[in-house]
This record gives sequence, structure tokens and C-alpha cells, in this order.
Amino acid sequence: MLKENLVYDRPEGFTDTPTHYCPGCTHGVAHRLVAEVLEEMGVIDKTIGVAPVGCSVFAYNYFDTDFVEAPHGRAPAMATGIKRVMPDRIVFTYQGDGDLASIGMGEIVHAAARGENITVIFINNANFGMTGGQMAPTTLPGMKTSSSVNGRDVEIQGYPIKVSEMLSTLDGVGYCVRRSLHDPKNIRLAKKAIRMAFETQARGLGFSLVELLSTCPTNWGMTPVNSLKFVEEHMMPFYPLGDYKISDAIKQIKI
Amino acid sequence: MPKELWKGNEAIAEAAVRAGLEAYFGYPITPQTEVLEYLSRRMPELGRAFVQAESELGAINMVYGAACTGVRVMSSSSSPGVSLMMEGISYIAGTEVPAVLVNVMRGGPGLGNIAPAQADYNQAVHGGGHGDYQAIVLAPASVQEAIDLTVLSFDLAEKYRSICMVILDGCVGQMMEPAEMPEMKPVHRENWDWNTDAKMGKRERRILSSIYLDPVEEEKMNLRLLNRWRTIEANEVRYKEYFLDDAEIVIIGFGTAGRVALSAVREARAQGIKVGLLRPITVSPFPHKVIDQLAGRVDAFLVTEMNSGQMLEDVRLAVKGRVPVEFYGRMGGVVPFPDEILNEIHRMAKVKLSADVHPRDAWLERMAHV
Repeated sequence: MLKENLVYDRPEGFTDTPTHYCPGCTHGVAHRLVAEVLEEMGVIDKTIGVAPVGCSVFAYNYFDTDFVEAPHGRAPAMATGIKRVMPDRIVFTYQGDGDLASIGMGEIVHAAARGENITVIFINNANFGMTGGQMAPTTLPGMKTSSSVNGRDVEIQGYPIKVSEMLSTLDGVGYCVRRSLHDPKNIRLAKKAIRMAFETQARGLGFSLVELLSTCPTNWGMTPVNSLKFVEEHMMPFYPLGDYKISDAIKQIKI
Repeated sequence: MPKELWKGNEAIAEAAVRAGLEAYFGYPITPQTEVLEYLSRRMPELGRAFVQAESELGAINMVYGAACTGVRVMSSSSSPGVSLMMEGISYIAGTEVPAVLVNVMRGGPGLGNIAPAQADYNQAVHGGGHGDYQAIVLAPASVQEAIDLTVLSFDLAEKYRSICMVILDGCVGQMMEPAEMPEMKPVHRENWDWNTDAKMGKRERRILSSIYLDPVEEEKMNLRLLNRWRTIEANEVRYKEYFLDDAEIVIIGFGTAGRVALSAVREARAQGIKVGLLRPITVSPFPHKVIDQLAGRVDAFLVTEMNSGQMLEDVRLAVKGRVPVEFYGRMGGVVPFPDEILNEIHRMAKVKLSADVHPRDAWLERMAHV
């Protein structure tokens, strides 16, 4: 009876399993956006996901699609293996910054350079979440983590890696953008980007990646609200949102 | 099919194609590179998947991904590259998906050299990757056998949802011999009940993972693998016997070391010495039973390997100290000559052998001249 007034429900791309994520963490938001896009594109049935190692290691529990669980950082290689033998399927990886930008840097760069027709959802929350908040390649200069207790000293610990900027230099990349999940407007923009990334794959237009600035209230030691502010005030100046590469063919896609 | 002149590495590549290989992922490394080069042409012309990966890590994880979809997939490498692949091997074992890996072994440890060796026996047979798992390991001694065992490796991998390794040394990989190829088998996708090839409106979703967060569940998984391994041990042991009927001394060697030993055995037989050869084809599962039986009726064993005596320990476990086990090995990429093994046969036929000294220690003393 209330069905007609229903304005918010679990997307069909989700299973009924509640997520294990901490309160205030934006992984849940990112998951939901992916699930909504898969549903809207009608591709749930032909999608195979590749889960990473990190906080989203259990991503396979939440999406109602086939899923495999990759070794740490190797999701783009696994996705390559799957997509090459099943080119008509939709294959995506969901990776954090430890997984993608640290141990898996080789795999992601070469998957992008080869122009693998896969979609990568890249969560940048500036730390290793699952192991308890250690410094990641994306940790901001001066940012305190459990393995940079005095704040990241770039003289000693090096500089953060700007993944979207770097990958956008590669010819195999069709779509590479950075979005943020810190407020409703940006969440809507993030969803549009995720849709475009999957549309890129569906049309065989090359490698697609959406980097999502995300929160980690537990390891940042902040309330969820302050975490959202941190993204806006500290992460966005260092990691500017934007379209780092959208190939001409993809620009013409109308959805 | 008529016999043709085939190089070992290319023969393996073509045999895999004819066995229905749908995807190959590899990385250049001597003395295995011809497998990669051959398939870089052959796979695309058949519309099958080929990727030269960014590293052996990338290659084995591409294999892992494709294996999850249920297709026939393989990689090949040589010793240092296979070390890099051990992460993926463990995951493939833990996820129970079938995959084939060819290791054309070279001298080691470390970068070593590019000469033929058998020093990765322990890595292949006794683990290498982390966790409790066993791999099926086949050891060809000729180009023909490399072809036959490559074809078999896909069947075994699928039958047991297991990693199946073909280990050969650089000799077999690089040499050319007349050999017969099998007929071309069409690519056939089995209707597995475990693969993640997307739901496609036909079934519930599937997950393939090596995670068992609950230790009790992980232990159950370990037991499942172990029970499957017992079936493999019961059904899949393969070896070749030469002159064993009346043998008093039995040589045991696999791959090229076994083949060199056969030349020595033939010469010793011509001289009237009752010596035979047992050449394991499956080094894992290991032919314990036949060695156990032989130990009850022969005077002594000689294990020959192109390493420091890795299979030697498995032979000693089977012999259980009942008769002397001697060892002769060459390492670092040195291939023994038949004469060297013939000298060992002469020595064993002459002197009284002791089971008290560890055969490796005795061998090291005899090797002092090197």
C-alpha cells in the first residue's frame, strides 16, 4: 500500500547483509552508489566484482553479484584475467588506498596502461583502515597516523601519491575522475561519475576509475561530522576534485 | 599425428593450446621465454586471451582471476619468477580453483643463472606458498613427455580443483626432439557448480575467496584439501620403471637427472651390473609405495638429482633405513654426465655401503674435488 510512496530502499544490487563498517565511514555510501548504478544499468546479472584486502575485504558479502576476493593489491590483475576471458561481463574492482596505491601500484598502473576494460572504485581515506590507521601513500603531509605518530614528515616518509593525476597520463585510460563523499551534493556527483565509469566499460572505451575522497572517523579519531569537515577542509585542497581524463568518445555519452 | 621436431618450451605451449587453453598470462624469463613468445602469436590467432603481464605477480593473479571463471588457464615461468608467483599459488590453492603453472627451472638461489637445474623441487612439492596445501607436480624428462604431461595437467587441475605444476629443467625446455602433438581439442566450457562467471539470470550469486575468518571453518577447509589430497595420492601416482625386475641397485631420478641416469643404467647393464631405474613422473604425489616395495627386495638405492638432495629426503622416508640410500647430485646449473653416475654405480657395486652416514654428507666428501 505504501509502495507508491517509497522514496528510499535498498538497491537491488545489494544483498540483505548489513555492512561491518564503522559508524560514519563512507564505505557504505560508496557501496550503495555502485549498487544503484548496477541496478539502473540493468547489469547486476552480468557483473563480477573483485574485492580487495583492507576494510572493504568483505565487499563480496554486500553486492548481489558474483564476486572474487583478491590478494592485497592484485585486484586489477584478477579483474584483467576475468575480463579477458569474459569480455561481455561487467568487471569492477573496489580498492582502498593501501591496496591500490601502495602494494598494488604495479597492478593498477599496468591495468590502466593496457586500457583494460574494467572499472575501479578507489577509496582514498588517507590511511590503512583495517590494520588500525597506519600511514598510507595517500596520507597528507603532517597527518598523524599510528605509524607516523608525529605527523607525516615528507623529508623522511616521502610525499603522498595523487593517483588520479598520475593515472590520467596513461593512454589506456578512458575515464579518470576524483569525487568526494563528504556531502549530499558531492555524493550525487560521485554517483554520476560511477555511472559514467561503468558506461565507459559497457561501451569498451577503456580503463575507468573513480577516486572517492572518503572518511575514516575511527582511525582519524574524529566524530563522523568532523571527519566530513576534514575531507572538505584538508583533503580536498590537497586532492582537488575534478575530471582528470575523460576521452572524447566518453564525453559524448548521454545518459 | 606424425612426429615433428619440437623445442620443449614451444611444444608445451602448443600442447596447452590443443588441450583447450583459453588464457595465458606470463612474463619473460630465461629459459622459459619461448612459451610466452609462442603463445603471443598463437593465442590471438585463435581468438584466445594472451597478456604479457607487468610482473610474475601480475601474471599469476591474472591466472587466478581467469581460473575463477572456470576456463582452462596457465602461466609459465622459471625459478625466480615462480618464487614471485608463490603468493598467487597459495591463493589459488586456498580458493580451490584449477590452474596450470609450468616452471622451467634454472640454477639458484637468487638470480642464480639460466642453466638447467632441479633446485625448486622442495618449493613445488613441499609448499612454497604459505598455508597448508599440496600441489600436483609433474616432471617430464623429454619433449614428448612435456607435451603429454601438459595435456594431463589441465585434466588433473580440473578434476581436483587444484594447482597443477609441470616442473622441467632448462634442458627439456630448450632442447629439440621429434615428438607427436595431440589432436586439437575444441575449447569447451564446463558447466561447473563453483565458478564465478556472473549469474546471467540462471542462478544465485557465487563468491570465490580464500578467506575463512572462523578458525574452525578454516580447519574444515584444510581437512577438505587434505582428504582430496589423499584421493589424489591413491589415484594419480605415476612413474616409469626401467630394468627393475632383477635389479639389485635402483637409481631414482626425475626429469633430466633421471634421463641421464638411464644412459648410465644401460651402460652398467651392458657391463653385467644389475641396476635399474625408477623415474617418478608425479613427484607430487610422490611414488612412496613402489619405493617402499622395492626397499624390501633390493640392495641399495642411488638418488640422482640436479640439486643438493631434495627428493632424496622423500626417498629416505619411503626406504625407512632398511637398505643404504646413496646420493649423487650436481647443482647450480651443472648437468651430470652419464659417466659420473656410472662411476657411482661402480662404486656402489664394489664397496660395502652403510646406512648410518647421511648420504648427503658422504656425497659432499666425494664432491670435495669440485
